[in-house]
Amino acid sequence: MKRRKHLLWLLAAMVVSISFSACKPRGAGSAVTGNAAARTYVPPGQYDEFYNFVSGGFSGQMSVYGLPSGRLFRVIPVFSVDPEKGWGFSEETKPMLETSHGFIPWDDLHHIEASFTDGMPDGKWMFANSNNTPRLARIDLATHRTAEIIEIPNTGGNHCSPFTTENSEYVIAATRFSVPPDGPGGDVPISSYKENFKGHISFVRVDKETGEFDIAFQLKTPGLNFDLSSAGKGKSNGWLFLSCYNSEQAHTLLEVSASQNDKDFILAINWKKAEEYFKAGRGTKQAVRYAHNKYNEETHSATSEIKTEVTVLDVADFEDLAYLIPCPKSPHGTDVNPTGEYIIGSGKLAALIPVFSFDKLQNAIANKDFEAEQYGGIPVVKYESALHGEVEKPGLGPLHTEFDDKGNAYTSFFVSSEIVKWNIEKLEVIDRQPTYYSVGHLMVAGGNSKKPYGKYLVAYNKITKDRFLPTGPELCHAAQLFDISGEKMELLLDFPTIGEPHYAQAVPADLIKDRSVKIYDINANKHPYIAKGESEARVERNGNTVHVYLTTIRSHFTPDNIEGIQLGDEVYFHVTNIEQDWDMPHGFAIKGAGNSELLVMPGETQTLKWVPDRTGIFPMYCTDFCSALHQEMSGYVRVSPKGSNVQLAFSTGVNPSAGE
Amino acid sequence: MANKTQLNEKKLMLLLMLGIVIYACSQGGKQSADSQSAQTTAAQPSDYDPKRGLGKFDKVDVGNTLDAALAQEGKLIADVKCASCHKYTSERLVGPGWSGVTKKHQPAWIMNFITNPDPMIDKDPELQAQLEICLVRMPNQNLSDEDARKILEFMRENDGVN
Repeated sequence: MKRRKHLLWLLAAMVVSISFSACKPRGAGSAVTGNAAARTYVPPGQYDEFYNFVSGGFSGQMSVYGLPSGRLFRVIPVFSVDPEKGWGFSEETKPMLETSHGFIPWDDLHHIEASFTDGMPDGKWMFANSNNTPRLARIDLATHRTAEIIEIPNTGGNHCSPFTTENSEYVIAATRFSVPPDGPGGDVPISSYKENFKGHISFVRVDKETGEFDIAFQLKTPGLNFDLSSAGKGKSNGWLFLSCYNSEQAHTLLEVSASQNDKDFILAINWKKAEEYFKAGRGTKQAVRYAHNKYNEETHSATSEIKTEVTVLDVADFEDLAYLIPCPKSPHGTDVNPTGEYIIGSGKLAALIPVFSFDKLQNAIANKDFEAEQYGGIPVVKYESALHGEVEKPGLGPLHTEFDDKGNAYTSFFVSSEIVKWNIEKLEVIDRQPTYYSVGHLMVAGGNSKKPYGKYLVAYNKITKDRFLPTGPELCHAAQLFDISGEKMELLLDFPTIGEPHYAQAVPADLIKDRSVKIYDINANKHPYIAKGESEARVERNGNTVHVYLTTIRSHFTPDNIEGIQLGDEVYFHVTNIEQDWDMPHGFAIKGAGNSELLVMPGETQTLKWVPDRTGIFPMYCTDFCSALHQEMSGYVRVSPKGSNVQLAFSTGVNPSAGE
Repeated sequence: MANKTQLNEKKLMLLLMLGIVIYACSQGGKQSADSQSAQTTAAQPSDYDPKRGLGKFDKVDVGNTLDAALAQEGKLIADVKCASCHKYTSERLVGPGWSGVTKKHQPAWIMNFITNPDPMIDKDPELQAQLEICLVRMPNQNLSDEDARKILEFMRENDGVN
């Protein structure tokens, strides 16, 4: 009996210990909840709950992920060429990357913001900014392609962008590096910064129906570095808040010399007032040069136009346009909460988070509760007069703040590598979770809207180190998904990203997925070089220029035998994909082309320019596996010496003798 | 004494069972995930009518004579969307030539196939036999109902109806 009892105790102890070890979180000591896998698992064939549009940073592109799975669906080329998709290589897309400096194959895509209707994402477009050569882009969410890019004049480093107003009336672009205004007057000593360098904040109008950009006006400010901005919403709709650093107006070793002042500023702009002044003709027209590039879905081609004028209003000329709010230590993020009452400044070198009140700011302005000295002609509101309160000792190096639907804020801390959840009214810290490592931007689903969806938060970390299998010196940036539906934030998933994500937007899948374009209607294709069916496929010579009107369908080209091309010719392959079925692109490549492939969607026409450099036979083939006979989808082009008597000939399915 | 031992043993058994339950619970996520995978139910062969095909068209009344204008419109569509793979003769290109197709198949079958090719290729015995020969599944060319009717009329003209 006693023996049996001992045995039972032993057995029970073993089973209990096995049970607990089965429930214990595994992994590199990080606090992952036991069922995290199940909460991010999207079964095969099922859809994610959210689209997550993620900035690609120095890749220049934008990527599309699913949440909560963290699966990558697509990389949308925006500011950088993409040979995989022919972006910037096909004749049709080259104009999209034109600027006043000429064709530029790369840029640094910083932030992404959704188009909004009444303060909520409407699923129409994503906006993105390029930081290096200042531009704004609009990505169409029906096609998931870049539809428009506009260059921003008078700007050096378009970082403070592309944040939009409550109904996306305007997309904002503001300079991170103040520079002298564009034009011949820019040739000045760098040491004349205080005198000659200016900030410019651009208000780019967005057509409600077509989305088309138009630079309405710019506001000229003293030389400041604008970092990030957030438009007012609800009660503060009509205002715009921008963080600025370098109030010292330094122009060298900014690391030290732009970190001297205890406080820099948040610039509050009454943009409705600015719009009134602009409409009343109070601005000054300035001669500038900037490119405006548009992609036309009917001609499947882009056009680039250089525009030459912009209207500028100097904020110092108006009393009621702009106000500075002192904000501790080089503020980075400036974020307005869902009600529009609170403006959170994140001084990246500060040990506290100041929370400003829109109501108090309005009172301070009404009562002229200003500092004795203006800054560059702009009134400076007294810090305490606009302050709701400070979050004491929240962490080190606050950068960005997003919001949930329950009155809480989530702030990323780069230096202390954590996300801190705090209550806005009470200014009290509720929870803090470590990130691996050194979080930069963070995003709550709908966290910049009037009614955040809550549920998920993604930390976009700057340092990866040991989180994934090592891949040499360069590592992908890691994103981390948290569940924020409870009191405590729970880490669910790490996933790799493209380039360096600076911000993202998560939009419910239902807002976008049913509007996604599946094919382009071949009968609506107005490309000037379309071959509408094989009967129109042909080759035409015009001097040294040869146009090949080529069709693709599973699985052959028409024509697929071409002779009579001569050295010195410029050959344009206009490839029309006559498929009308979803997910049936064909690719096109030809040996020796100093160019990328083409990837042609159903019903679309795209053009590859080819200048043969030698005589001989050049195979061409379909690069995108299309059917069981994909390997057979190929053809030959014969190149003869200049002046050869080989006649121009083309065919498919027959083998004519060359006209020699 | 005997009672007390029994009681302890009962407690131990309970603990043992509890442990097993916790263990089973901790394994549960995996099982439920497996069982969630979608089951695709293949239609019974008897559900499929090889004369009608599969799609929205049930009976198509074509009449005895040709609508020449309709056939002309059908040819224009076919030239763009179909002729890359089908000759209008009996010669096979990628797919079979069209000559005789309206004599072999009911109008509804043709219209169902050209507007709903993928599901029909999966079910139709003759189409499966064709796939073994051609190896390329006929693309869905996104024909509207009207387009399909026009193409049918052109096929009838091609087969000598006048």
